[in-house]
Amino acid sequence: MTTTAPARSQPKATLRLGDRVFSRTAVAAGLMILVTLAAVAIFLILRSIPAFGATSEDASILPAGENFWGYVWPLVFGTVWAAALALVIATPLSIGIALFISHYAPRRLASTLGYIVDLLAAVPSVVFGLWGILVLAPAVQPIYSWLVENAGWFPLFAGPVSATGRTILTAAIVLAVMILPIMTAICREVFLQTPVLHEEAALALGATRWEMIRTAVLPFGRSGIISAGVLGLGRALGETMAVAMVLSATPGLVSFALLQSANPQTIAANIALSFPEAYGVNINVLIATGLILFVVTFAVNAFARWIVSRRREFSGAN
Amino acid sequence: MKLTRIAQLGAVTAVAALALAGCAANESTAGQTSAPDTGPALSGTLSGIGASSMGAAQEAWIAAFQTDNPDVTVNYAAEGSGAGREGFQAGAADFAGSDRAFTLDEIAAGPFDGCAADSGILQLPLYISPIAVIFNLEGIDSLNLDADTIAAIFAGTITNWSDPRIAEQNPDVELPDLGITAVHRSDDSGTTENFTDYLFQAAPSVWTWEPDGNWPATPVPGEAAAQTSGVVAAVSGGNGTIGYADASRAGDLGTVALKVGSEYVPFTPEAAAAIVDASPLESGRESYDIAVELDRTSEAQGVYPIVLISYTIACETYADAAAAALVTPYLEYISSPAGQDAAAAGTGSAPISDELRSKVDAAIALIS
Repeated sequence: MTTTAPARSQPKATLRLGDRVFSRTAVAAGLMILVTLAAVAIFLILRSIPAFGATSEDASILPAGENFWGYVWPLVFGTVWAAALALVIATPLSIGIALFISHYAPRRLASTLGYIVDLLAAVPSVVFGLWGILVLAPAVQPIYSWLVENAGWFPLFAGPVSATGRTILTAAIVLAVMILPIMTAICREVFLQTPVLHEEAALALGATRWEMIRTAVLPFGRSGIISAGVLGLGRALGETMAVAMVLSATPGLVSFALLQSANPQTIAANIALSFPEAYGVNINVLIATGLILFVVTFAVNAFARWIVSRRREFSGAN
Repeated sequence: MKLTRIAQLGAVTAVAALALAGCAANESTAGQTSAPDTGPALSGTLSGIGASSMGAAQEAWIAAFQTDNPDVTVNYAAEGSGAGREGFQAGAADFAGSDRAFTLDEIAAGPFDGCAADSGILQLPLYISPIAVIFNLEGIDSLNLDADTIAAIFAGTITNWSDPRIAEQNPDVELPDLGITAVHRSDDSGTTENFTDYLFQAAPSVWTWEPDGNWPATPVPGEAAAQTSGVVAAVSGGNGTIGYADASRAGDLGTVALKVGSEYVPFTPEAAAAIVDASPLESGRESYDIAVELDRTSEAQGVYPIVLISYTIACETYADAAAAALVTPYLEYISSPAGQDAAAAGTGSAPISDELRSKVDAAIALIS
């Protein structure tokens, strides 16, 4: 027979002044984030309320005969479409660069490359917009012409081709370049965290370097890759100036064509372009579209977190 | 050791340079065309809000006015015509810049918190800027086009440069067999409003959309670009592109000479000022409310119909007399030949003609 001794009560930790100050400061900082988020949300909701029931007589920014939802739906489509395209372009690139830095490159090259990729994050978005219109668009326009001529039967590549190259595909490429640094940084950190034991075990069983990466590194880093994707997607959804400058958009258009002059507009670029001349209820309408963007980003984040939590027991984070 | 001392010295120098740079007052050196000195020295702050089309001109005027009156600070926030009109009505601005004048209904409804109770509203057309139709075709600097052709190009019914309607007006020019890409503004803009007003007035059978700051969505879209610089970049970057932008930014792109009556008129500041004089004033307004109803179909000699007029809006009687004491000399400077020339030199605008100046000065004299 075993007797269990009664559990000893935890000795109370001594709390000095420093401990109290620190813990209270930390709590205050955490609360500050929540308060700020709540303040932004309340501002958006209060200023958007007049817009939801507005018609085109109240708000001249709404096209004739449409209400707010008819106005915002094409903008939501454009935002999500551009961000999704950017993510599709950037994800394989960033995983590739991160793998190269963590597993293939010699040490010195790896640290230099990592430094350069981080430097890309410091470039202002306006500069990306200028680069897009002055350099990238003229450079890709001949490629678009070629695609439309030879692959125009494919619905995404339908003509008539844009003469200046300022299409949603170009905007997506600029967005991809902008979200690349943050995605690469997170992926790189996660890949470097792979337990060396797992990697060596794979190699000991006869795996080649690529097979080792495929079986040990990538599964371990899956939740990290998804967080990187979510962060990149969040940035791409909200990017304003670069898209406003590069994209030749037609308000109210919903179209999947990638190479034409007429492209869907994004919410953030629409606000940037319309706000200076807006007045009265039009301002409420624009703020309401901002609220919709807030909700969309929130929903995308929640969805991504749900995906990660489903696989929690397999993720290397445990 | 040596490195840290040098580094310290460098850091102190950098901080000092940055700090002392902030001490420079708003003054410009070198001789400028200055306003004549009238009466005792002025002091105070004057604030204006309004159209960005006038922004560069306001900067030129502010620099010259502040040089002559060192104790006055004038601020102009180029937040847009809508913001300017709202700010003026709320009393936040002493004067406003707007691409369109207040309508009679807006004036009657009010309120105008910066003005005294039954004050009138002065609306002065002090900034006249021609809008050029620019295109990018190799080797071609100028084309003659009439309003119907331009409207058809921007509406998407003419799609190739070698179209007979363009060729017959330009018999000496070799037009390529190239598709036309029409570029318009993606943001709400006074330039678009004036251009579409021209198309609507001068080519009503082809261009059926009401003039508006936003480009109409239904015609064949063409390319959209943000702001004047975006349109110029888009037109320069493509081949066979055509667009419209403030004339001062046309650079070395080809421009269109518009058909007025039986001749083709290229844009010049004089031609732009001429259309303002050839147009009637809006009826039903007071003598100090100089809202011009641009007659873009005018066939008078040598007028260029696509212009943008930016109005400077002030109160006839201010609630605060100190504001009136500053607004009056500032507006007098703007309307003077020196002021108009300063704006023309800086922005390519058209100086107002003498007959318009006499009307404007008569209105300014009423401010109290």
